[in-house]
Amino acid sequence: MEDMQIYIGLAAVFGLFMAWGIGANDVANAMATSVGSKALTIKQAILVAAIFEFTGAVLAGGEVTSTIRKGIIDAASVSDSPELLIYGMLASLAAAGCWLSIASKMGWPVSTTHSIVGAIVGFAVVGIGIDAVHWGKIGKIVASWVVTPMIAGFAAYLIYSSVQWLIIGRENPLERARRYVPVYIFLAGFTITLVTIFKGLKHAGLALSTQQAYLVATVFGILIALIGKFFINRIQIDEKADREFHFATVEKVFGVLMIVTACGMAFAHGSNDVANAVGPVAAVISIAKSGVVGQQSPLPLAVLVLGGVGIVVGLATFGRHVIATVGSKIIHLTPSRGFAAELAAASTIVMASSTGMPISTTQTLVGAILGVGMARGITAINLSVVSRIFISWVITIPAGAILAIIFFYILKAVL
Amino acid sequence: MANYLSGIFGSSPVAPLQEHMDIAYRCARQLIPLFEAVVKKDWVAVEDCRQTIRDLESEADEMKQEIRSNLPKSLFMPVPREDLLELLLVQDRVANRAKDVSGLVVGRKMELPEAIAEPFIKFVRCSVAAARQARKSVRELDELFETGFRGAEAKLVESMVAELDRLESESDALQSELRGGLFKLESELPPVDVMFLYKVIDLTGEVADFAERVGRRLELLLAH
Repeated sequence: MEDMQIYIGLAAVFGLFMAWGIGANDVANAMATSVGSKALTIKQAILVAAIFEFTGAVLAGGEVTSTIRKGIIDAASVSDSPELLIYGMLASLAAAGCWLSIASKMGWPVSTTHSIVGAIVGFAVVGIGIDAVHWGKIGKIVASWVVTPMIAGFAAYLIYSSVQWLIIGRENPLERARRYVPVYIFLAGFTITLVTIFKGLKHAGLALSTQQAYLVATVFGILIALIGKFFINRIQIDEKADREFHFATVEKVFGVLMIVTACGMAFAHGSNDVANAVGPVAAVISIAKSGVVGQQSPLPLAVLVLGGVGIVVGLATFGRHVIATVGSKIIHLTPSRGFAAELAAASTIVMASSTGMPISTTQTLVGAILGVGMARGITAINLSVVSRIFISWVITIPAGAILAIIFFYILKAVL
Repeated sequence: MANYLSGIFGSSPVAPLQEHMDIAYRCARQLIPLFEAVVKKDWVAVEDCRQTIRDLESEADEMKQEIRSNLPKSLFMPVPREDLLELLLVQDRVANRAKDVSGLVVGRKMELPEAIAEPFIKFVRCSVAAARQARKSVRELDELFETGFRGAEAKLVESMVAELDRLESESDALQSELRGGLFKLESELPPVDVMFLYKVIDLTGEVADFAERVGRRLELLLAH
């Protein structure tokens, strides 16, 4: 295609902008629970987020990127005029980016995933035709938006209930926390590693057998559990802050666990949300390069790296401030609760990433927090805020779609 | 920027509830110096005590209003909102009764017959002790939320409430003893004074009653 460089250049710029926005705003929601419960300082949170967002994006972001890139639109319907798909994908990025900027300025809770999926469906229906959309796939994606917060909530309920039963409700919670928290650390490391190896790593050129996968995940889990145990053993009893049951010290032990789950959360966020930025980019690149709607071409690793870099840059420029503000307001979530919510959310998200479902990280985390609340873990949850969040997410889909349609016609006229 | 995630966490009513109980107890505690001053017929000191009680009671009242307005229906908590409001109400009654007693004593320039002065002070002390035990139990509320109202902490609070019950029955026993003592003196005293003495004894007994009901409310929270 003659305008190939222009298209690829534009796509890269739009994609970077989107990734930057995700890093600046969205990462805060994944990290704020750890900062709010004082398990991490802001500097540490930025460092953890940068490392694990990037690795999550590159190692496990492939499946979701493929879904955004070629799972939503039926390639056959645009084989005559591949440039329509290029315009559409560019328009979707521009629309989602715009909508997110407006929303975060106004303080509306929106989801990057919902806006990008809404945008792609919007331009496809209007610009190409209603049959161009894989409605079956869309149905599955929308169902996953309903199911994942519920799964995360249920998992968080079980995890927190087990903590109550094993540690907090006992007469010697500190002793029991020292004994059982490493087990939870193992569980966190094991689950996330296993899911990543099973599905994600093939885009990074690594393929392991099932036994190898279990072995690697087990070794990895034990390794970080041992590191965690080392730090837990160094925690001194805080006599001043403690009463009968040493809960202040118990929370410090859970703080170690929360560092692990924060890493998992950043990894999970990177693995799912990078696709929102680079999925359309990957689509544009493959069409522009081949001149046809080449749905078979492999996903270039460089695209994922581009997304990862964008997220880290966003985090470094604006993310610090946003994490600080959100974190300072989440002080009611102690590590023993925060970890349960994060572990449940991170596992759910990584699993969704491995099956290629583009879901909302924040929505899943909200589901997990509600789950901890159901297990009587949180003193007060503002249900009116929760329902407002869910309503804005629903509004985001048509908003993304309408904006994408507008951008689509502009691009079609200009390019 | 969207701080919606932090908006999910409502402000916790626990610390304000504990503070409210603290004020209610400090209010009730003033009854001891008040009656000691009555025995000494030191009316300046009595008036001082009443003023302190009044101030503390109105402080508790303001606090009650504020806690109520911070507990909207949309708040999802581990325990029913109604139960917390009910707890708040009973806590407030402890302060209210202390104020009623002090008002009556000052309003009528009440004097205690010497024969019942000692058992009277003993009875007041016991009622105040019940209020103190109620405060001690409410101070465990944060730990109860921490543990989800289960396990070892719940057992600890149960034992505290049992002690509270014991103090209240003790105060009941002292109260009927005191009434017996007053009955023997009735013929020697002006009838209206006797009437109001009975009234003060009843109201002071109610301080312990409401303290005990604070314990009942805590137990109800545990039962959920």
